[in-house]
Amino acid sequence: MLGRLVGIALAVIGAFAVGGIALHRHEPINALWLVVAGLCIYTIGYRFYAAWITARVFSVDAGRATPAERLNNGRDFVPTHRWIVFGHHFAAIAGPGPLVGPTLAAQFGYLPGTLWILFGSVLGGCVQDMTILFMSTRRDGRSLGQMARDELGPFGGFAALIGTLMIMIILIAVLALVVVNAMKGSPWATFSVAATIPIGILIGVYLRYLRPGRVLEGSIIGMALLILGVAAGGWIDQSAALRGLFDWSAPGLAGFVIAYGWLAAIIPVWLLLAPRGYVSTFLKLGVIALLAIAIVVIHPELKMPALTQFTNGDGPIFAGKIFPFVFITIACGAVSGFHALISSGTTPKLIGNETDVRLVGYGSMALESFVAIMAVIAATLLDPGVFFAINTGAGVVGATPQAAVATISGWGFPVTVEQMHNLAREMGEHTLFARTGGAPSLAVGMASIFSSTFGRGLLAVWYHFALMFEAVFILTTIDAGTRVGRFMLQDFLGHLWRPLGRTSWYPSVLLTSALIVAGWGYFLYIGVIDPNGGVNILWPLFGIANQMLAAIALSVATGILIKSGKLKYSWVTGGPLAWLALVTTTAAWQKVVSTDPHLGFFAGASNLAHKLAIGALSPASAAVAPKLIFNQQLDAWLTVIFTLIVWLVIVDMLRVAVRCVRGLPTHGSSEAPREMTRLQTAGGGGS
Amino acid sequence: MKWLRALWRGLRAISGDDAYERYLEHHACAHPGVPPLSRRAFHVDEEQRKWNTINRCC
Repeated sequence: MLGRLVGIALAVIGAFAVGGIALHRHEPINALWLVVAGLCIYTIGYRFYAAWITARVFSVDAGRATPAERLNNGRDFVPTHRWIVFGHHFAAIAGPGPLVGPTLAAQFGYLPGTLWILFGSVLGGCVQDMTILFMSTRRDGRSLGQMARDELGPFGGFAALIGTLMIMIILIAVLALVVVNAMKGSPWATFSVAATIPIGILIGVYLRYLRPGRVLEGSIIGMALLILGVAAGGWIDQSAALRGLFDWSAPGLAGFVIAYGWLAAIIPVWLLLAPRGYVSTFLKLGVIALLAIAIVVIHPELKMPALTQFTNGDGPIFAGKIFPFVFITIACGAVSGFHALISSGTTPKLIGNETDVRLVGYGSMALESFVAIMAVIAATLLDPGVFFAINTGAGVVGATPQAAVATISGWGFPVTVEQMHNLAREMGEHTLFARTGGAPSLAVGMASIFSSTFGRGLLAVWYHFALMFEAVFILTTIDAGTRVGRFMLQDFLGHLWRPLGRTSWYPSVLLTSALIVAGWGYFLYIGVIDPNGGVNILWPLFGIANQMLAAIALSVATGILIKSGKLKYSWVTGGPLAWLALVTTTAAWQKVVSTDPHLGFFAGASNLAHKLAIGALSPASAAVAPKLIFNQQLDAWLTVIFTLIVWLVIVDMLRVAVRCVRGLPTHGSSEAPREMTRLQTAGGGGS
Repeated sequence: MKWLRALWRGLRAISGDDAYERYLEHHACAHPGVPPLSRRAFHVDEEQRKWNTINRCC
């Protein structure tokens, strides 16, 4: 009874807060509204919708032994306390995605992104993560690709594999571009990011030779060194002799990142990847907690309007109308297909009791969604003029500061050269114009939040700390992603020639790693030479790819629900699937056929070709134009392939569903038979 | 004090600091008489296992 009353009270407060956010116009709104709306909506979603799904749709069985118990090997299969699994799972799913996407989408105003993050996660993303986690737990912790193959057939499995590989390449490229844009022309940022590499190696040696396996000690030492690295970056920046060593343009940095990616993927994991993974997890959890506290303490006003004029489709950061592009730009934080790869395979092997899937699957994603809300706050508390000056490429607003502020002020977002100059000086940077990619503007937002909570005057240190914080897990994603991509490629090539499939055969390791690095390195290089910043092209492609993977995951989930006789509940995953199919297909359609050169890939390519032909480009632009033209055409074809894969999987799933409903034979269920649990401590995962 | 100890245990579990102890406990139960891996060998093995699969996301 008390629970009900609390629920009703939350619903009322939540509705009030959402209404307040939606109806506040033409006056600044306080960030606390967003926080309150988020907390209420997540709580309602968790207490009612998620509880209903686990009870009715899944019929979770507290008495059923999980794979962690049945296959316990003291290693990857271990029944683990649900809050510990929650921590592991959250640390694995929360990367830089929920920070970057909402920042870019803030060009539409704070409202569209916020609503999509709140409702997309509660009805879509959290449900996807929890459903895949549950289904994988019932299937001995099988991966998404294996489940697709077992339940739908070989085509579904193959599509999931190709989809994962493609998204991985686009994802690494766009994240590498974000980190390069954050470091270019900034010795301080470059030093503090570069310092994470020797620090990682140092901790790796410590954990292997000096104090084997003392992860906690290693993490704490590593974190202290990272903070020292940020401070040392400031000294380097002051030193006339040293700053030149770390002052690089974007193409040079891209070269370093590409070489780094290849080296990091071929050296043993204990040396760099694993130790930096430990440290970055600590940093991530710490910073997120700190940011939440700081936002509540200073509860800043949001200066961005609820909606800007760019909802009509000619936004400077990326082109396209609010529908469908806000739903593509914000993938992580609302619905992220990539999570399905973590929710199957790794996490289910730790689940001690089936009832824990609600906290681990649904709860972790709700927390990630809250991180995205904090990113919205950090982006929209900036003066809109400043926000656009940082995030818009020189190709859009003009190459000189004067031209840029004139264009941006002309949009109705006043900003001056002096204001930008002062801000850059406060942040310890040479300039903040055209630092596209989202990371620098987020870092400015975070620095102002942190410095007004924990002491002013340290703005520059906070700014570079925030950049390092983003870069450290971007680098981890780059090496971990390249490595996983290499395994997939080896698996694939092993069918063509046996030795290529051997993961321990060094020539194959070198070759396949180089192929994966060349894949993302190409997109990174094109992004770096693009005068519009590159992110405007790559991020939508990433969003489409990520939502495509979500559509594949939700297809697998819907197919399994129907096969297990839950047709009447299939809308639980079928609804989000239909929405994502609509959104990705519309976005892909527009990116391919639109005649607007900012929006359509083909239109952009032919517009540039036309300008090149009539000699309307500057010599510098003309030199890179052929590459950009080819790239836009390639992107268009990639988009077509993504869309085709998604629809083939959906049709395959519908075929299986129809056969099942008609009572025709389908692939049998791959669910493991029920065994009674013997664990005493398990259970009680519900509220 | 009890609260602090629980926090410490949680911190160790979440970071993987106690993985070796948990392994020893499991090993003693499941394979009595078989000598377990050393702390270092276990650590190296574990890192291979953890990072040779998708365990980080965007």
